[in-house]
Amino acid sequence: MITINTVSKKYGQAEVLNVEKIEIPRGQSFGLVGNNGAGKTTLFNILLDLIRPTTGEITNNNVVVNKSEEWKSFTGSFIDESFLIGYLTPEEYFDFIGDLRGMNKADVTSFLAQFDEFFNGEILGKKKYLRDLSKGNQKKAGIIAAMMGNPQVVILDEPFANLDPTTQIRLKKIIKTLTDNKEVTVLVSSHDLSHVTEVCERIVVLEKGNVVKDINTSQETLKELESYFAA
Amino acid sequence: MITHFLKLEWKQYFRSSYWQKGIALKIIMGFFVLYLIAVFLGIGIGGYFILKKTFPEQDPLQIVNSMLIFAILGDLIFRYLMQKLPVMNIKPLLILPIKKDKLVHYVLGKSAFSGFNFLSLFFYIPFAIVLISQGYNVAGVLGWLFAMVFIIQAVNFLNFLINKDNRVFAFIATLLVSLIALQKFTSFDASIYSQQVFDGIVANPILGLVPFATAIVLYYVNYKQLRDRVYLDDVVAVKVEEANTADLSWTERLGDVAPFIKNDIRLIWRNKRTKTVFLMSFLFLFYGLVFFTQETYQKMPAMLMFASLFVTGGFALNYGQFIPAWDSAHYKMLMSQSFRYRKFLESKWFLMVAMTSVLYFMSIPYLYFGTKIFLMITCGAIFNIGFNSLFLLYAGSFNRKRIDLTKGGFGNTQGTSATQFLIIIPLMLFPMAIYWVFDKFIGYNSGFIAVALVGVIGMVFKNYFMNLIEKKYIKDKYAMINAFGKEA
Repeated sequence: MITINTVSKKYGQAEVLNVEKIEIPRGQSFGLVGNNGAGKTTLFNILLDLIRPTTGEITNNNVVVNKSEEWKSFTGSFIDESFLIGYLTPEEYFDFIGDLRGMNKADVTSFLAQFDEFFNGEILGKKKYLRDLSKGNQKKAGIIAAMMGNPQVVILDEPFANLDPTTQIRLKKIIKTLTDNKEVTVLVSSHDLSHVTEVCERIVVLEKGNVVKDINTSQETLKELESYFAA
Repeated sequence: MITHFLKLEWKQYFRSSYWQKGIALKIIMGFFVLYLIAVFLGIGIGGYFILKKTFPEQDPLQIVNSMLIFAILGDLIFRYLMQKLPVMNIKPLLILPIKKDKLVHYVLGKSAFSGFNFLSLFFYIPFAIVLISQGYNVAGVLGWLFAMVFIIQAVNFLNFLINKDNRVFAFIATLLVSLIALQKFTSFDASIYSQQVFDGIVANPILGLVPFATAIVLYYVNYKQLRDRVYLDDVVAVKVEEANTADLSWTERLGDVAPFIKNDIRLIWRNKRTKTVFLMSFLFLFYGLVFFTQETYQKMPAMLMFASLFVTGGFALNYGQFIPAWDSAHYKMLMSQSFRYRKFLESKWFLMVAMTSVLYFMSIPYLYFGTKIFLMITCGAIFNIGFNSLFLLYAGSFNRKRIDLTKGGFGNTQGTSATQFLIIIPLMLFPMAIYWVFDKFIGYNSGFIAVALVGVIGMVFKNYFMNLIEKKYIKDKYAMINAFGKEA
């Protein structure tokens, strides 16, 4: 589904990302871990054609992301709060994204109904603008918006950060359901090793822009990661 | 401790986005500030002589004194609308080992030095110096000046006490209006009392201590009130406004630009700065009155053209020049969605054209000044719709400054760069020049036709130009994402 081919990013002399090759097959749940500055967000930003790689290219479902914009119609993403429109209410934001993804009002309403439990009554009908919601609630809205319009690829940067424990557990369930039938490819980055090992079948560790580990998740993976980061 | 505070102030000032601008902008802004100061100084120094010349049999100081009551009330109203105690600044300090007393003194003390308190001093101080040089009693004038300085301070602190209480505001506004009305229409004249009071201070400079004492008392009342309220759920609370959701489904008729139009309407209505821009565009409607009523401009038709462009162009100019920076906060998100860039641009274009048309219809009363003037406004509107709207979209692709919509409205220059100054040339001077050339060398109506023709050409070839503009935006996408991502 996604092929990352010799992608590197340099700012002046400093190289922040250098990935030889990563192949992500359709339906895989793919986890990206690494310390601050490891290049996780940079990689996602290149994947979303928000910044340009210095060398190499990424293809998303055979579309080279910085050559054509076709990938946008089947890719949903949430990187950070700047992906929200602060002066809209959550409902208006979902309508807006729904509009862009070809959903009508009824589609949006029935889509959102699935996530009642996830929203926990804190998002819809609150008469608040997104900018006035707490960080955690903003994140909830952004994550769900990324899943609108049946995307085949969902990209979430640090989805677990700022969420309360209950919501973290519910989010894990949502991500697992999403990848159940091996149709939707999910890319998640996280600082929380146990969450990411739980939802991802494959984990790549970045360090200073380089891939240092590429693991198929198993019973021992969490231990392995913990000992790696402890060192 | 005080040095810590001063250091913070210093850094806040010089690290503010104000200084992060390009050198060209700094120079222009610098000149603007110098100009303002020069104007006030000029009035302060020249005021005495102007009054002396206009009213030879009256004492200029007494004339000023008689007007002071209105100046003070006006100042209060102005401050009520514009000035707020910057109490949020102390939030990060609350958890540090600093006594709350100190924090409150810091906030209040800082406000004593706010710009609001200095502007009028640029008048009072030179005026006082001229008075002394003209042989007025030195002690009397100094006492008067002393009184003025502390009246300003008293007004400063009084404003914080009534802060945002609409009833008090209504009272003061009514008071000012009725005083002016009484003076105009009845024999009651507040200016006489105003004059008596301030003449009294000149005669007995010791009375200058009264405003001083008043300012101290008001400071203390402020202090008392704030001291017990420095809590996150009280004065340092972040205000959350309730969302008001108007039904905008009527926009659906506009087809696939509708989602963006809806967004833009909400953008304008729910953010202070954009709301100011929107409301200001109706003020621009009156811009013509300044020019059309003055005899001198009747002989300068190019200046009248200038005014005519402003009458209908207020919204397009003020809103258009910051496209797409209004969307800078969520620009990344927009760029990862699947839609044609063209739709985004079309919606902005539609908004500018629609507002220009609305303003044009509202300008119909200008017919009062004759059909010539109205014809000029019509040509201006055609130019604004045909040329300026497209040009502003194009110029927008050069915008590289983030606008944080949550920041204040009036006088906020965030997002301003040299672009904003450069685009004025084609927007305003170009039509004026065309008009002038044709008017001068060919004859009266050709000027109108030429300006309108440029607008019509813009409308006819809109699609062609839109394609160019779209390409430019797509080309500059990464540069914009990068620039808008930086905190302003």
